[in-house]
Amino acid sequence: MGLFWGLFIAPADWQQGNAVRIMYLHVPSAWLASAGYMALAACAVASLVWRHPLADLAAVEIGPVGAAFAALCLVTGSLWGRPTWGTYWVWDARLTSMLVLFFLYLGHIALIRAFDDPQRGYRAASILALIGVVDLPIIHFSVQWWNTLHQGNSISLTSAPKMYIGMLAPLMISALGFTLLFAAVVLARLSAAVMERRTRSLLLAEVRSA
Amino acid sequence: MNALPFIVASYVVAAVVVGWLCVDTVLRLRKARRRLAAAESGRARR
Repeated sequence: MGLFWGLFIAPADWQQGNAVRIMYLHVPSAWLASAGYMALAACAVASLVWRHPLADLAAVEIGPVGAAFAALCLVTGSLWGRPTWGTYWVWDARLTSMLVLFFLYLGHIALIRAFDDPQRGYRAASILALIGVVDLPIIHFSVQWWNTLHQGNSISLTSAPKMYIGMLAPLMISALGFTLLFAAVVLARLSAAVMERRTRSLLLAEVRSA
Repeated sequence: MNALPFIVASYVVAAVVVGWLCVDTVLRLRKARRRLAAAESGRARR
């Protein structure tokens, strides 16, 4: 509904024209890529401090979903940049820090699978997730700290939005839809992972008893 | 510059990424359910 509203009903921007309609995909995917990494870091804390087994499983499942949203953010941002800035890519602070987040996700996915002992993989990936969390404030404040081609924040928790309500409403609906999709996909994958683990333990018990 | 091709490309990429995520998740869930049911029924038979 948010995407339909943004695509067909919301007005074009006075400066960017219709290219602003990419915002309804780009901004929610950027928020979710960052929120997903925050969840990954929370799982890392739960894994390292409390050794919670579900935290490791959750981290394994959040990684690929977060990486997909980070990739979507980079691709849609690049496609938005061409008609707006005249280029697909610049090594601007916001774009570069978002690319670093994507590589952090890929590193996390690779580290988990890099060890024969899964526990060592979970531990190494948790440490990477905690170190990588430094990138989140850099992404957020990059448009304030440096002179970037990327526009500044239009929405903030501490001040009124600088955006017309006819554009803000579809953006918020789209963000809500993307968040529910992210949560549903992660929960479904987590449920599958728990079932796979249970199947493995049943088969192992069968082999041992034979 | 005409923005339409870039808008269409963005929405196609999003549909592919989200579609792949959903299909991969559903197939994995179905496979996990089927294998767990088979393992549990095997244990019940014994």
